[in-house]
Amino acid sequence: MTLAAWGLALLQALLYVALAPLLAGWIRKVKARLQNRRGAALWQPYRDMRKLFGKEARMAHTASLLFRAAPYIVFAATWLAAAAVPLVATGLPTAAIADVIVIAGLLGLARFFLALAGMDVGTPFGGMGASREMLVSALAEPAMLMAVFTLAMTAHSTNLVSVVDYQLNSTGMLRPSYLFALSGLVLVAIAETGRIPVDNPATHLELTMIHEAMILEYSGRHLALMEWAAQLKLLLYGALLANVFFPWGIAQGAGMGELGLGLVVVMAKLALLGAALAVSETVLAKMRVFRVPAFLNLALLLALLGLLSHVILEVGA
Amino acid sequence: MTSSGALLPAALAVGLALLSTVVSLFSARAPRVLRTLVMPLFSLAGLAATGAGLAALLDGGVSIAQLPLGLPWLPWMVRLDALSGLFLCVIGVVSFAVGVYGRGYVRGFEHGRDPLPPLGGFAGLFLAGMLLVVLADDAFLFMVAWELMSLSSYFLVAFHHDQAANRRAAFLYLLMAHIGGLTILLGFGVLASFGGGFAFDAMRGAELPFGWASVAFVLAFAGFGMKAGLVPLHAWLPEAHPVAPSHISALMSAVMLKVAVYGFIRVVFDLVGQFHWQWGVTVLVIGSVSALLGVLYALMQHDLKRLLAYHSVENIGIIFIGLGMALLFLATSHALLGTVAFVAALYHTINHALFKGLLFLGAGAIQHSANERDLEKMGGLLRRMPWTGLFFLIGCISISALPPFNGFVSEWLTFQAALQAWQLDSGVLRSLVAIAAAMLALTGALAAACFVKVYGVAFLGRARSRHVRRARPVPFSMLAGQGVLALPCLLLGLLPTTFIGLLNAVPQQVLGHGLAQATAHGWLWLTPVSPETASYGAPLVAAALFAALALGLWLMGRGNRRVRRCDAWDCGFAPPEPGMQYTATAFAQPIRRVFGLLFHIEEAVEQQRDGRLRHHLRVSDRAWGIFYLPVTRVVENAARQVARLQSGNVRIYLGWSLATLLVLLWIIA
Repeated sequence: MTLAAWGLALLQALLYVALAPLLAGWIRKVKARLQNRRGAALWQPYRDMRKLFGKEARMAHTASLLFRAAPYIVFAATWLAAAAVPLVATGLPTAAIADVIVIAGLLGLARFFLALAGMDVGTPFGGMGASREMLVSALAEPAMLMAVFTLAMTAHSTNLVSVVDYQLNSTGMLRPSYLFALSGLVLVAIAETGRIPVDNPATHLELTMIHEAMILEYSGRHLALMEWAAQLKLLLYGALLANVFFPWGIAQGAGMGELGLGLVVVMAKLALLGAALAVSETVLAKMRVFRVPAFLNLALLLALLGLLSHVILEVGA
Repeated sequence: MTSSGALLPAALAVGLALLSTVVSLFSARAPRVLRTLVMPLFSLAGLAATGAGLAALLDGGVSIAQLPLGLPWLPWMVRLDALSGLFLCVIGVVSFAVGVYGRGYVRGFEHGRDPLPPLGGFAGLFLAGMLLVVLADDAFLFMVAWELMSLSSYFLVAFHHDQAANRRAAFLYLLMAHIGGLTILLGFGVLASFGGGFAFDAMRGAELPFGWASVAFVLAFAGFGMKAGLVPLHAWLPEAHPVAPSHISALMSAVMLKVAVYGFIRVVFDLVGQFHWQWGVTVLVIGSVSALLGVLYALMQHDLKRLLAYHSVENIGIIFIGLGMALLFLATSHALLGTVAFVAALYHTINHALFKGLLFLGAGAIQHSANERDLEKMGGLLRRMPWTGLFFLIGCISISALPPFNGFVSEWLTFQAALQAWQLDSGVLRSLVAIAAAMLALTGALAAACFVKVYGVAFLGRARSRHVRRARPVPFSMLAGQGVLALPCLLLGLLPTTFIGLLNAVPQQVLGHGLAQATAHGWLWLTPVSPETASYGAPLVAAALFAALALGLWLMGRGNRRVRRCDAWDCGFAPPEPGMQYTATAFAQPIRRVFGLLFHIEEAVEQQRDGRLRHHLRVSDRAWGIFYLPVTRVVENAARQVARLQSGNVRIYLGWSLATLLVLLWIIA
């Protein structure tokens, strides 16, 4: 591993942080257009962030040190998980540090502290959000692992870079397991990033909140970090879907042209995914909380079907 | 084979444990002895055991000796090899921490009504028993030590025997321990009859046909599985473990269950020495079911120690998932993959001992300072007991299998072994391993949910009762005991390559080949199968995590650092009361609803006379109704039939005696 590769990896990690609010802004913009509104500018999330960072942070009297540390831990863990998902290029050393199980583990660490922070102040809404978040994740995380395991077993590796390389080099055979895994992972991504129909990021109704209920007591820079981490997670899942299932166009070398092309292609793919998400959020309504397990069980079932159809049908063949 | 000199530290450990028993007899007169002599001796025994175990792991050789005890034709043999060395380390480290912790903890008993000698005395015997089980080299000594361990722990479970529920739990424990002991004895019987002797060496040399080997396997699996708490034989465990004093609960959950795992590995992997895929499937299925049911039942508990006991069922399940996969891969001649799964199981064995010990010590600290085991009455303890809160958090993150702590490493290794299932030839076995991996993933996620509940309800938020609000920090020795276990939780998570290199001697000795390639790419990279397949740079992940944290704190620190304190916002509603917080039961309610079929739930809302509503909820273990109560009924019916003999008439008794005598004489003739 050369120093240049590490530099590139660091650059990609910074790119994640820089691009995350843009994706959120893009989805909001498309959604507004679909609802016949003009919507805020694409840059609005950046402006919100700047405003929040400039504001004074407030904390409840009952909040402990954990409440104060949680935003940093959540952000750092999410960022680290994102840094291991190939965004623009594949030949980066970060993928060897953290394979897909580590990514799931880091996201789990972030969620653990997010939920604890929700319970820290001692308000009923915080506990409610934490309880629901842990229910959603308890069902979504195995579905995610199963979906990725299907790919990992096919590529004989849990390193995402190897999976992407395998995809690029395989002859365009359509594997049924991939379809199952893809649909399972899409459902998981919706649930894990707190989008409609599982959770509504723009809700104002406390009783329907999941993610918002946990960060209800945050303000100022702490809130900014929490929001940013959520946007990073959205970008992470977007990159996972875009680059692992449709890796074409990703840069395999380290040449300037290749990297530029990779950046343009991945942004186009993410824009497409974001638009699709906006459409689905416009046509779907949010589910009742106790319909969510059925939704996630479907995701788990699809992912498991993918894994089983791989180990039964495709391995021997 | 090296000389028996290597056994001296191990003998010293056993001797110190027994000495602590003897010394504790004086604590009836002078209660301080327990704190000033017995507990330090206990710690020293743990230290000596750790030293002996480490030496055996580093050396990799085998030391055997014959004790001047036992029967004339059946001498007691001891043996220290890598496998027993590893388990000596596990026992030793936890016992050391328990001894340190106990110095502060037993103080609470000094002025109580309970007699002190049993507390220290049986603890010493318990430790000696566990050490001897691991050291035994013949079935005779093994069984004697096993019973010593079971019986002495029975008296510790029954320590608070003034409550009827505790006596009942202790009796159940005794009963199950003896049924388990019986099946283990029968298993040894099968091995001994083929090997021509009770020494383990003779059993190792025996050539068993598949049928008899399977009988021995089933007997050993049932006996050791019962002790380890595998579903459906687990029901005694959450009853018995919580009622002992907390440092003993830590020993039982963290160490005694590991001794059962040791017994299983010793008998099946070492003594029987054959591998069949049918065995692997059995172990894998039971392990997966135990893991999932264990965590689901744990989620339903609100008694902290009971909850931790159910988590032991879960973690033992995870260990047996690893062992089952090892059997499966070894039976289908995938030696490398079998070794990966085996090492994963061993790693999880060490991890579980560390974090479960840590969590039980934390629960004991809460009990010590707030006299509370019920989560529903806790809250806000982080502010009252910050150090205990920190150590408990480390335990929670570790057991939830989150990086960069140790639980994650063993779960990662287990997944890596499972993901190699494509190499198996049979489609059924491939899908079985895949489903086991899915259940493991579900288990891990649910465990995280459970420990968010535990930590959030107990340590965060606001106190839900007056005595918890007034909890005091615990003495230094109790904190030190927790620290001794928290530090290795972090170290085993940060440096997995170092520790896998250390325990590599075990698969080398038991399976005949190690896991050389796991550590072949330097200490930074853990590569169990090959670097192309998967790699985990644990130190790098941790370093990056800390770097990102430091960077964030620094960037934020440059601007306005100030945080203004105010009332909780709570969407502008009335200021929240502590009673409005989510309780443990409320937290788990969605999960109870989703997995409702697996529990036996009694829920009712009654209107009381004064017009107030009362919500009644009881979630109990389905295993009781399905497995235990029918057996109880059969036994009771049989006893009732037998009781007919007891007419109270002496002449009829004499008639029965005569008849028995005649039948016996007829048999002999």
